[in-house]
Amino acid sequence: MTKRELICITCPLGCRLCAEWSGDFESLTITGNRCPRGSSYAERELRNPARIVTAVVRSTSAEQPWIPVRTDRELPKPLIDALLNRLYRMLVEIPVSRGDVLIENFENSKVNVIFSSTVKR
Amino acid sequence: MIYDVAVIGAGVTGASTAWRLSRYQLNTVLLERWADVGFGVSKANSGIIHAGFHHPVSTLKARLEIRGNLMFEALQHELGFPFKRTGILVVAFSEAEMATVHKLYEQGIANGVQGLEMCGRERLLQLEKKLNPEVVGGCFAPGGGTIEPYRYVFSLVESAKRNGVHLECSFEVSEAVREGDVWIIRSSGGAEVRARYVVNSAGLFADRVSRIFGAEEFTIHPRKGEEYLLDRNSAARPERVIFPVPSAHSKGVLVIPTAEGTTMIGPTSDVVEDKLDTTTSADQMQRILSHVRNLISGVSPRDLITSFAGLRPVMDNEDFYIALSEKAPAFVQAAGIQSPGLTASPAIGEYVKDLLKGAGLPLLEKVHFAVELAPRHEVRHESVASLDRLHREDPAWTHIVCRCEKISEAEIVEAVRKGHTTLDGVKFYTRAGMGRCQGGFCAVRIMKIISRETGIPMEELTKKGGNSRLAAGRLGDLPVHTAEQRGGIVA
Amino acid sequence: MIQEEKYDVAVIGAGAAGLCAAAVCASAGKDTVVVDREDHPGGILRQCIHNGFGLRYFKEELTGPEYAERVAEKAERTGVRFRFGTTVISIRREADNTLCLTALSAAEGVRILRAEAVILAMGCRERNRGNLAVPGSRPAGVFTAGAAQHLLNIEGILPGKKAVIAGSGDIGLIMARRLSWAGIRVEAVVEIMPYPAGLTRNIVQCLNDFHIPLLLEHSLVNILGRERVEAVEVAPLSGGMPVTERKFRIDCDTVLFSVGLIPENELSAEVGVELNPATGGPLVDSNYETSVPGIFACGNVLHVHDLVDFVSEEAEHAAQMVLRRLDGNASGIGQSPVSVESNLKYVVPNRFLPGCDTRFAFRSLIVCDDGVLEAEQNGKILLAKRFGCVRPAEMLTLELSGSLLKESGELKFRLRKGEEK
Repeated sequence: MTKRELICITCPLGCRLCAEWSGDFESLTITGNRCPRGSSYAERELRNPARIVTAVVRSTSAEQPWIPVRTDRELPKPLIDALLNRLYRMLVEIPVSRGDVLIENFENSKVNVIFSSTVKR
Repeated sequence: MIYDVAVIGAGVTGASTAWRLSRYQLNTVLLERWADVGFGVSKANSGIIHAGFHHPVSTLKARLEIRGNLMFEALQHELGFPFKRTGILVVAFSEAEMATVHKLYEQGIANGVQGLEMCGRERLLQLEKKLNPEVVGGCFAPGGGTIEPYRYVFSLVESAKRNGVHLECSFEVSEAVREGDVWIIRSSGGAEVRARYVVNSAGLFADRVSRIFGAEEFTIHPRKGEEYLLDRNSAARPERVIFPVPSAHSKGVLVIPTAEGTTMIGPTSDVVEDKLDTTTSADQMQRILSHVRNLISGVSPRDLITSFAGLRPVMDNEDFYIALSEKAPAFVQAAGIQSPGLTASPAIGEYVKDLLKGAGLPLLEKVHFAVELAPRHEVRHESVASLDRLHREDPAWTHIVCRCEKISEAEIVEAVRKGHTTLDGVKFYTRAGMGRCQGGFCAVRIMKIISRETGIPMEELTKKGGNSRLAAGRLGDLPVHTAEQRGGIVA
Repeated sequence: MIQEEKYDVAVIGAGAAGLCAAAVCASAGKDTVVVDREDHPGGILRQCIHNGFGLRYFKEELTGPEYAERVAEKAERTGVRFRFGTTVISIRREADNTLCLTALSAAEGVRILRAEAVILAMGCRERNRGNLAVPGSRPAGVFTAGAAQHLLNIEGILPGKKAVIAGSGDIGLIMARRLSWAGIRVEAVVEIMPYPAGLTRNIVQCLNDFHIPLLLEHSLVNILGRERVEAVEVAPLSGGMPVTERKFRIDCDTVLFSVGLIPENELSAEVGVELNPATGGPLVDSNYETSVPGIFACGNVLHVHDLVDFVSEEAEHAAQMVLRRLDGNASGIGQSPVSVESNLKYVVPNRFLPGCDTRFAFRSLIVCDDGVLEAEQNGKILLAKRFGCVRPAEMLTLELSGSLLKESGELKFRLRKGEEK
């Protein structure tokens, strides 16, 4: 049996969850949650932890030399470092618009990186 | 090139001396160890212009203090630094303390101090409404006041430079040899300067410099003073400088209405070992707070905006040591310049000049000596009409960078162009970053302006020279490997 | 000759509060100007490149720049006029009751902006090392969390390589993640309270994700290093005082302070706006009007909010009240005082008009999972509302209807822990 403690972040209550499972998340049980959102949070967090990643990329703009970007959905945690290291090496030509795609389907994750800001000059 | 005089140390003493010498037909070089002038002892000075009653006239420091005090109106007129003759109150809370106040009063009268007044309780409370009403009596010295010490140094050096004095910063004297009638002075960085006469105004390191030149052996003891600065809006700001009754070694913890509108409380007085130890401590802060609360109402730690510490360079006999060396030729000592060194400094400059003359330095007055500095514009002191005029000259005058102190881009650019290229240099020259947010908002903006004006990349800028880098590099310089990161600290 | 401009409403600050308030005023046909010292709208949101904004106000999760651009676009569409790169250095009230702002900009020099109403929306600033008088030396490498955020997210400059963060406020937590994602090692976050100052989700996603230790009930007691930070000393607290015998050293080259925010009211105080010591913001009535007639306040300049969404909502609500005041449909006269008693730090607004629906915002002084917020007037409990989760980090809000608030007399709020189940 494997055991892990988590703090639920779906609401400000911050329930302390306890997850127990064997093997590859077989017979997973979650306790400590005060609502059903807690157990689905824990399950997602254990099976496929992923995060929205935000960063800045270098641009050709004199006014805004770094432009904020983000993933359009949660990126699996093991890919985050690789994405950041790639973003910091890029140079982006302006103009760009908020929502424009900078990187499509990063490492086949189906996650895109989009601009969080419009930069014209 | 062989200079006539090399002045070592660009604090109040060295700057006053160099400025005094700049009116004669001399080639003078001013050598400063740190990245900017006044960055040693002077930077953390309390900024009091003392009134001349704390020390007996038998001491050199009292004589120079009394003369120096009288010179500040003319200096302010010529050089334009912030100075206010606020007056000083020494306040007593017991009859025993009143006895000491009487002695100070009589000492002041003997010293020839004008306008001293013994005060009863009513008179004191009339002079200073915020005083603790339990006050018994005290002494009022209308001739005391406050200045901004670093601004004073900057002005002296700026005027000296205009009149031909050469300034070398980041020049730490490490070696000196006499060749014929010339001193060859080398820095730890490998630079070299030659001069016929040398003035040792090296503050905390005057003992070391003296030794390097083979002159007198003595020891400078650093005596630390912590200071705490309160917001402009502090209810504790008094009208005048408030002194408690002094002890043997210190004039005590004061409440100081600074010339720029903040309130300073301090300093402490503790001998330390390390000449670079300008740390502050929680205990001393509590001590200062409890002392000043006894003097005045309205003191609140909520109004604290910053704290700092300075070190007084103290000689064994507590007096100034200003004399021609009896061991090293053409070498003038100006050491042990602790309180009231700032007040005395204009007189020290004259005194050292006379010592040099006595040692054979020919002093011929210049035909063209530009005594007055052009008045500096500062947005916080300008009228709307004058801001409008300044904007027509340069739009940067109406671009506010430091909002707490209302400092414009033009003022920052002026500081950088005058050679203040560190963040602290700009701060002390302009006040940008000295207000209540302490640079939280403007520091990065100032860094950008320094970088633009000097061509130094942002990540190479320093707070105060040396290794005080403000940043570590550019985004992307460090690889990201959070997956391997682990917690290291276990409490 | 100094140029003058006339407006119905002048808003100081183009952050979320200023933009949202201005949009409401302009869409009601008022000639509205927003003045901001920055060259772009959005205020501090522009450097908050992380996500977590807008879930309530826009019903989707946005980053700071996205939130800022969207509220700015909304304001632009309503015809708000902007003065960027412009700093208001003073507010004056004329004899004819109009308000005069003296504004400086590089582009236009000195301008006098006249307005019937002024909305203060300048936001807040960070408390810093100096405010806390943290002992030690004064080397380079000490930043407020926000200054480091600016350096990193706007200028692309690394503030250091190895950091310790003092204070567990949300900006500090967000910066712990940002530094980690920039390749900077975060050694610890030090918090004097027994609980974190920031939101739980930030503890999990910004600290736990990176295994950054959170040292609760610890205090930063010393900063070491003469030129650049070399280390800090941290001590556990006992009875609120550091136990110096148990202090330990953490090597680092950077210290960030995230130790609270202070509403930025120096400008307001100079024109005579009365401030509330509990919030640091102006005392306002239910029209969000300060003690100076015609000057209103909303957003973080009024009280520090936890979420920008609440800032936007409050600003829009305040702007509605400004409109009613300008049109003569609301009055500051006849309002009754509002105060807080046990376990609450403050309440906003500080007065209410009997018979009118009024929204109140509070900060708790206690942590509890079952709190009851009570409103009492003239010896009667008007309302008792249960809150499942009460944290000092989170704002509480309560709306009281005009039918409940029908009488005049001081309205008192208190918070108590609910019955143990």
